[in-house]
Amino acid sequence: MSTRILRPLEWAYPPRPVRREVRYARPDTDGSRPPVLFVPGFGHGAWIFTEHWLEHTAGRGFPAYALSLRGHGKSGSAPRTTLRSYAHDVVQVAASLPRQAVLVGHGAGALVVARALARYPARAAVLVAPVLGGVRMAFSVLAGNPAGTLPALFGAGLRPSRRQLFSRELPIRVGRGYASRLGRASTLAQWQLLAPGRLEDPVGNPPVLVVGSPQDRIVPLVALNRAARQYGGAPLLFPGMGHDLMLDARWPEPIDAILDWLDKG
Amino acid sequence: MTDLGPSQAATTHWRGDQPVHGRGETVCVIGAGASGLVAVKNLREQGFAVDCFERETGVGGAWNWRHTRSPVYGSTHLISSKSVTQFPDFPMPDSWPDYPHHSRLLQYLERYADHFGLREHVWFGTEVTRVEPAEGGYWDVTTRGGRGALDRTQRYAAVVVATGHNWSPKMPEYEGLADYRGEVIHASAYKDAAQLRGRKVLVVGGGNTGCDLAVEAAQQATMCWHSTRRGYWYAPKYVYGRPADQVNDLARALRLPLRLRQWLFHRVLRRTVGDLTRFGLRKPDHRIYETHPIVNSQLVYYIGHGGIVPVGDLARFERHSVELATGELIEPDLVVLATGYQPRFDFLAPQLLGAQADGRPRLYMHAFARPYPTLFVAGMLQPDSGLLPLVHWQTVAMARWLRLRESAPQRAAQLWTSLVGGPDRRWTKAAVKDSTRHWFEIDHVLYLRALQKTLKALEPAA
Ligand SMILES: Cc1cc2nc3c(=O)[nH]c(=O)nc-3n(C[C@H](O)[C@H](O)[C@H](O)COP(=O)(O)OP(=O)(O)OC[C@H]3O[C@@H](n4cnc5c(N)ncnc54)[C@H](O)[C@@H]3O)c2cc1C
Ligand SMILES: NC(=O)c1ccc[n+]([C@@H]2O[C@H](COP(=O)([O-])OP(=O)(O)OC[C@H]3O[C@@H](n4cnc5c(N)ncnc54)[C@H](OP(=O)(O)O)[C@@H]3O)[C@@H](O)[C@H]2O)c1
Repeated sequence: MSTRILRPLEWAYPPRPVRREVRYARPDTDGSRPPVLFVPGFGHGAWIFTEHWLEHTAGRGFPAYALSLRGHGKSGSAPRTTLRSYAHDVVQVAASLPRQAVLVGHGAGALVVARALARYPARAAVLVAPVLGGVRMAFSVLAGNPAGTLPALFGAGLRPSRRQLFSRELPIRVGRGYASRLGRASTLAQWQLLAPGRLEDPVGNPPVLVVGSPQDRIVPLVALNRAARQYGGAPLLFPGMGHDLMLDARWPEPIDAILDWLDKG
Repeated sequence: MTDLGPSQAATTHWRGDQPVHGRGETVCVIGAGASGLVAVKNLREQGFAVDCFERETGVGGAWNWRHTRSPVYGSTHLISSKSVTQFPDFPMPDSWPDYPHHSRLLQYLERYADHFGLREHVWFGTEVTRVEPAEGGYWDVTTRGGRGALDRTQRYAAVVVATGHNWSPKMPEYEGLADYRGEVIHASAYKDAAQLRGRKVLVVGGGNTGCDLAVEAAQQATMCWHSTRRGYWYAPKYVYGRPADQVNDLARALRLPLRLRQWLFHRVLRRTVGDLTRFGLRKPDHRIYETHPIVNSQLVYYIGHGGIVPVGDLARFERHSVELATGELIEPDLVVLATGYQPRFDFLAPQLLGAQADGRPRLYMHAFARPYPTLFVAGMLQPDSGLLPLVHWQTVAMARWLRLRESAPQRAAQLWTSLVGGPDRRWTKAAVKDSTRHWFEIDHVLYLRALQKTLKALEPAA
């Protein structure tokens, strides 16, 4: 439980404000359930959640929000961004919600959420197919998709392939459509994935759930297990799905499990 | 509202012939201003049940500027910039300016209370009238108000006093003041520019209030004298196009020593604002940081416009005029005493806070009552930055301390002795001027560093 309280550099240089895209779906009735904020990973925007998960979450009584990190989706451009500014985006949106929020991060968005947890006492957090970075993970991604990964070392955007993102159950045409909408994170932030540094402990001690698929070709099972262990649990697994669980053919299963977990807690 | 749990409701103690309702391990927080709210939140986060009493009908304390006891006036803007003022885990919106208006501070605290569901733990319209120690480290807290309107005493496991120290006016004494025919008010009664319009105004005091009011008088009144009893450094809100306190924090991040920072700041001020004696201001009798920082870009500007006439100390009041120490007579219609505020805890015996005849509380880190490990004061600080982050970490430390006391009493007792055992120390390296206004003056980096150490020591054993 180490707590860092002196941050003079951050006080001296607060991240630059940018326009932020926030999409939402509200439940019909105003219940007592906490708001859920979805955070997409690198290259993805809020749209990945508006496809299915946002409405579904609201349908189950949770006010649901999704944001696009700066430089993604319809948020303002930010070429020199680092992970700190991405985490800042998440905390800004979370603190703007009427009540203490649950943070759900996907892919590298889970790393952003993990960092945001040190700056905002979330009610709970869910890391979906978390890309927490590190050299080990970089190698496995490189091996799986050299053409989409190698150029990133020289400043190009990471280009995950359709096969990495979706299972065979998703019609190829649909998968291609999604893949064509992908953008990219800043070069600096991509570099940070190689050496993300030690994560600070979450504030307020929120429960953290890790969700993923053993067939995810970006985040292998060992990485899911490692991530879950870091937060003192085991991952919740959805066999047969690709990395983008919220877009894949069987998208309702993971989100229902996540919401069940929240309802129980 | 938290109901009395069945087991707790059953326990009634007696203080003389008065019943005392036991609240079990519940912690009592007094005041729902910024400090009280953050105390409630952080105690709840550590799993404590909390009862908070607030004598007003809403949260936000000082930032309810219309409240009679609020020291805030209509034109107040923050002097500490957003990034050093916000709670560390609940940032102000990016869309807000560097130095928000006071109404936004209130809005911010109200949103904080809603976001973390704090209001349900606050009893509004309820004033704490007495806090007395009971056996076993418990406290008997007597409150008045609420619907029943009868006094009621309840027993708590700990008390966090968060009643603020900027609301009880510190009144200077002057010969002849009683017979003076002009209007004399303390700055706490100043709310609105309409009070100044068409009048000749004398503002006394060179704190941030005095300087703000002098500027306002320059804009609104027919004439303004500004009396200070020493020369000060007037820091602008921006240097190098950035909020001055953020530039200062950059110097702190670079770990520049105090002397060097003072030298740098003097140099920047001399090069930009220049020699203030040309404007009729006195040369400061101290280095920067040796009096509580004044942040005001407009004072010098309005002296340049002739809107403010700087004068020295006052000598005495006559029926229709005020005599300055120089012997000169001036004839203001309105005298505003911006001479600051004094801490006031009517509900507590002063010695509980280690106060002697001068009334100055003497606590470990201005927060922990040495002989009473379950009595705390939150927010009694005068920092060279924003207050909220400091109270946040103060109250985290209080909550963790109470937890440790419960889970590892022996280790807690040892730790307490080692923490509070040392002599009183000042939490600033600057040779701060001897004035009651500097009782709680601290350097935010030094103070936070000490809190960081305390928090580390409070970590549960692995
Ligand atoms: C004009 C002005 C400008 C300022 N500008 C800044 C700034 O720019 N940045 C900054 O960081 N700080 C600033 N401050 C300091 C400011 O005081 C703090 O930011 C903060 O508001 C202090 O909060 P608090 O909760 O400690 O005290 P308060 O806001 O005074 O709250 C105390 C609460 O306790 C209640 N209370 C008191 N006694 C009792 C009782 N017996 N029973 C029940 N309830 C009780 C009161 O009703 C009140 O609600 C400024 C202060 C002033 C006067
Ligand atoms: N815009 C803002 O955000 C803002 C505005 C106002 C206040 N504040 C904050 O609120 C707090 C209180 O400020 P404040 O200005 O009201 O009070 P303060 O800082 O205590 O200043 C009081 C001033 O009055 C003088 N004084 C005191 N007693 C005197 C006496 N008997 N005779 C002559 N002069 C006397 C002091 O002089 P000495 O220096 O000689 O003691 C000092 O100049 C501070 O923390 C301040 O930063 C913030």
